[in-house]
Amino acid sequence: MGMTIAEKIFASHLVDEPFQGTRVLKLDVVMCHEITTPIAIADLIARGKDRVFDSSKIKAVIDHVTPSKDSKTATQAKMLRDWARRHNIKDFFDIGANGVCHALFPEKGFIRPGYTVIMGDSHTCTHGAFGAFAAGVGTTDLEVGILKGVCAFREPKTIRVNLNGKLPKGVYAKDAILHVIGRLGVNGATDRVIEFRGEAVDAMTMESRMTLCNMAIEAGGTSGICMPDSVTVDYLWPFISQEYASKEAALAEFKKWCSDEDAIYERVVDLDVSGLEPAVTFGYKPDQVKSITEMAGTPVDQVYLGSCTNGRLEDLRVAASILKGKKIAPTVRAILSPATPKIYSDALHEGLIDIFMEAGFCVTNPTCGACLGMSNGVLAEGEVCASTTNRNFMGRMGKGGMVHLMSPATSAATAIEGKMADPRKYL
Amino acid sequence: MKTFGGPALFLDRSDINTDEIIPAKYLTEITKEDLKPYILEDLKLPGFDPKGEKIKASRVVVSRSNFGCGSSREHAPWVFEVNDINVVIAESFARIFRQNMFNCGMAALELPKETLDVLFGYAGFADTAISVDIEGQKISVRGGGKEESVSFEISPFDKALVLAGGWVDYADSKY
Repeated sequence: MGMTIAEKIFASHLVDEPFQGTRVLKLDVVMCHEITTPIAIADLIARGKDRVFDSSKIKAVIDHVTPSKDSKTATQAKMLRDWARRHNIKDFFDIGANGVCHALFPEKGFIRPGYTVIMGDSHTCTHGAFGAFAAGVGTTDLEVGILKGVCAFREPKTIRVNLNGKLPKGVYAKDAILHVIGRLGVNGATDRVIEFRGEAVDAMTMESRMTLCNMAIEAGGTSGICMPDSVTVDYLWPFISQEYASKEAALAEFKKWCSDEDAIYERVVDLDVSGLEPAVTFGYKPDQVKSITEMAGTPVDQVYLGSCTNGRLEDLRVAASILKGKKIAPTVRAILSPATPKIYSDALHEGLIDIFMEAGFCVTNPTCGACLGMSNGVLAEGEVCASTTNRNFMGRMGKGGMVHLMSPATSAATAIEGKMADPRKYL
Repeated sequence: MKTFGGPALFLDRSDINTDEIIPAKYLTEITKEDLKPYILEDLKLPGFDPKGEKIKASRVVVSRSNFGCGSSREHAPWVFEVNDINVVIAESFARIFRQNMFNCGMAALELPKETLDVLFGYAGFADTAISVDIEGQKISVRGGGKEESVSFEISPFDKALVLAGGWVDYADSKY
């Protein structure tokens, strides 16, 4: 019987099956940030077990509130920083080198096909774009991961989502995933892995695949996952060129992880993307999705471009292509947070930052900040934000504020008009 | 072992997310105890007052489907724990929240809708209390002069975590 990619990863990493249906897996990467890790560190210290299972497999970053905004966040950053130094964690990213975890760690080449990855962050599913099993966990799972290098999961059932056809002009991975979440519902994939397949996925860059997998959790999914292919190899090549004789050799190795032709899926969902329109959320749940045609004209107070969903270079390029030579509406304020220092620097050298600034954007440092209402763009009561982020929960970006999720292109068009706007007329 | 029972708080809505249970702005606290006053602060539900007396007296929360969706923050189970609420009963949970509860040695118990409705039948009584027998897999509800009990399913792993007092102790002794 054939196996899915998730089943192959589970089988190859199995440490223990303490009870039927429970798999304890060996971890390849344990990622840490300053919000959910310090309490794990404090608990390990209190237990007299301030150790790490393998400092080379632990990656840490200060990203949620950075630079620190007050004494409390400075203390969280210090706890992570001191811990990383104490345990000689060389892949620790502090101010100047830090960026949004799910953009930064892939950029460093830390994620490979077939890996198991956890982090105390729900959007860890992003890394499934590389053909890895990547799951967000809580602080206790993280703590055990740090100490023992293992994590327990239920058996992986997989929902296969086929994105058939070609994405039309002005429609991107973000629009596709919003439509998928609209189809599955916010708990349609709970305890499931979402395997993204189809020619639209094959045609996507790694950045777009990360956008797709990033929001698997918004349908309740444990991990999103894409098949490793030549796009994956090309992206990872600078990091793996010493390990493989050629790209073909790397590809042959990676392909072994791909789901078998006769793998069993719990459910298969087909979506023809060629007829999709740019998508926007309208309520307080990410499955409340409409097309921009229905939502156009809704006024917004703030536009936010950034986050682990859509703060990558290709996102900035698309938005800049729309904003070039234009100004944002006087009634709106717009914020750009490139997701990593490299993205920021590349955007600067390409002239994108000039375009944003001339349009009237405020360009901030890389941080998760505003996406979860922590810093750098929190909304006031009653305000509305057009955002390229991943959650539109009530008050997510600030108590009493409303968030509409959309693509970078739609957010750029919205910034120009001060109300939700169709990006296709600007392309 | 923690106690699993007492006055019940009914939250009659699906998809209650972890931002509603504990808003992100309080994630800067670095002790669990400091989270205590902020429980369910952003939850808007008719008749529910996050600062009221009802929640202070409650020891069990009963809700609908997909409870605890959204952020992975374990601050959500912790804010229940420091308020002496060690069990949440719902039709279904988001995976990370459910695992976080068991990882803390607490219980996230799932009931089919019809069985859950039996519990919700007691939502209107001021004196409704629920007690949970983890080993016997039985939930007893009492209020308004009535009393009944229902059974529940729990995976053997989740049960072992509750009995072990959480995942750290369990994993540390085993791996």
